[in-house]
Amino acid sequence: MDLDMNVNAPHSMGTTIIGVTYNGGVVLGADSRTSTGMYVANRASDKITQLTDNVYVCRSGSAADSQIVSDYVRYFLHQHTIQLGQPATVKVAANLIRLLSYNNKNMLQTGLIVGGWDKYEGGKIYGIPLGGTLVEQPFAIGGSGSSYLYGFFDQAWKEGMTKEEAEQLVVKAVSLAIARDGASGGVVRTVIINSDGVTRNFYPGDKLQLWHDELEPQNSLLDILNAPSPEPMNI
Amino acid sequence: MNFTASKQPESCLLGPESDSQRTLYPYVTGTSVVALKYKDGILMAADMGGSYGSTLRYKSVERMKPIGKHSLLGASGEISDFQEILKYLDELILYDNMWDDGNSLGPKEVHNYLTRVMYNRRNKFNPLWNSLVLGGVKKGEKYLGTVSMIGVNFEDNHVATGFGNHLARPILRQEWHENLSFEDGVKILEKCMRVLLYRDRSAVNKLQIAKITEEGVTISQPYSLKTYWEFSAFENPTQGAVGSW
Repeated sequence: MDLDMNVNAPHSMGTTIIGVTYNGGVVLGADSRTSTGMYVANRASDKITQLTDNVYVCRSGSAADSQIVSDYVRYFLHQHTIQLGQPATVKVAANLIRLLSYNNKNMLQTGLIVGGWDKYEGGKIYGIPLGGTLVEQPFAIGGSGSSYLYGFFDQAWKEGMTKEEAEQLVVKAVSLAIARDGASGGVVRTVIINSDGVTRNFYPGDKLQLWHDELEPQNSLLDILNAPSPEPMNI
Repeated sequence: MNFTASKQPESCLLGPESDSQRTLYPYVTGTSVVALKYKDGILMAADMGGSYGSTLRYKSVERMKPIGKHSLLGASGEISDFQEILKYLDELILYDNMWDDGNSLGPKEVHNYLTRVMYNRRNKFNPLWNSLVLGGVKKGEKYLGTVSMIGVNFEDNHVATGFGNHLARPILRQEWHENLSFEDGVKILEKCMRVLLYRDRSAVNKLQIAKITEEGVTISQPYSLKTYWEFSAFENPTQGAVGSW
């Protein structure tokens, strides 16, 4: 109905989140739209959150729930790292997320993808959907935008990609989801984690590839109307 | 035998539901329409999106159409209901032409007709799920009005539907003035449409701008707007913060 904007609706990250393993590490990707009802509260959010130096998590669903879970797990992992005397493994981080998600399943509404690199297992991706199931996967997709990507990944995913191929795949996928999911939008953020460390990348919305039925952006209609007429055919 | 259970509770005042149909909720919807009066007539803008819930399903839907010789209708809300309204208006214009008396329905009359249609449907609890913007020029008189699905109608120098009410109208209130040039009018509408693109979840980056003057209606070719994302605050939104918020 008109005028029914519901600005007091809970902040939800409609979202598209992706985690992909490659030959040497992982690439995490996400869009940047946070909405309250139909209003875009934040068009440049950062949904890829650091848990430790080598483990990051992609957040989807309720913004509040995913933030509080991340905060708790970061806190536990910090203590764990001190006690262990070396960096925490991705598996431990994922399991801590799982414990919180599972034991509070009736109250939480957040789907998470944990990705990172450790010296024992290399690059790993764990999906933890609603309910608290833990699933180790070569790649994971989540959030409302992921519905549009199942077919795409079935076709495009390959084992043993290079870092560049993996990142291109993630950017392409998030961009495709943004094109069709109203709850996803903005910029594409990626985080690459491997033995060398962590790299953050930023792909602004206007630099992404154009998909079906999308047009080249213009400054204004006035530029189009004032454009010189095309040359007549030269036969 | 009837297997489908009726959804009416015992104390219902709605009457028998089985024979008539009602639009209970919209399926394929268009988002905001924004319009303003300018020096030579009316300028109206709408994007070309047809959303199916949260899916941006159709991206080439024309939500503005000329009506007769003197009017332009823009619609947001359920697209099938808009198509039905266009059929009603076709019939209205046809009968008007059949009089063959040199007179033709102006925008004020078309707006009045639409208001009656929308309000009467609302009273029967079977609304046409649209918010309409009707603009036009006849004999030098500019007219711009709006009607909602519940029959609320008014005319003004600038109007908007849906999210445009919240995001575009403040811009229009600040920047609109009497006797805008075509270029200035287009710039104001594009400013409104860009804000809607950033902040309305159902907005799609493909729009048309339509113009109606004494000479007639022109609807522009579809085009996309440039958007701006390269602020340092966007690249590093949470510098120094723990977590990424």
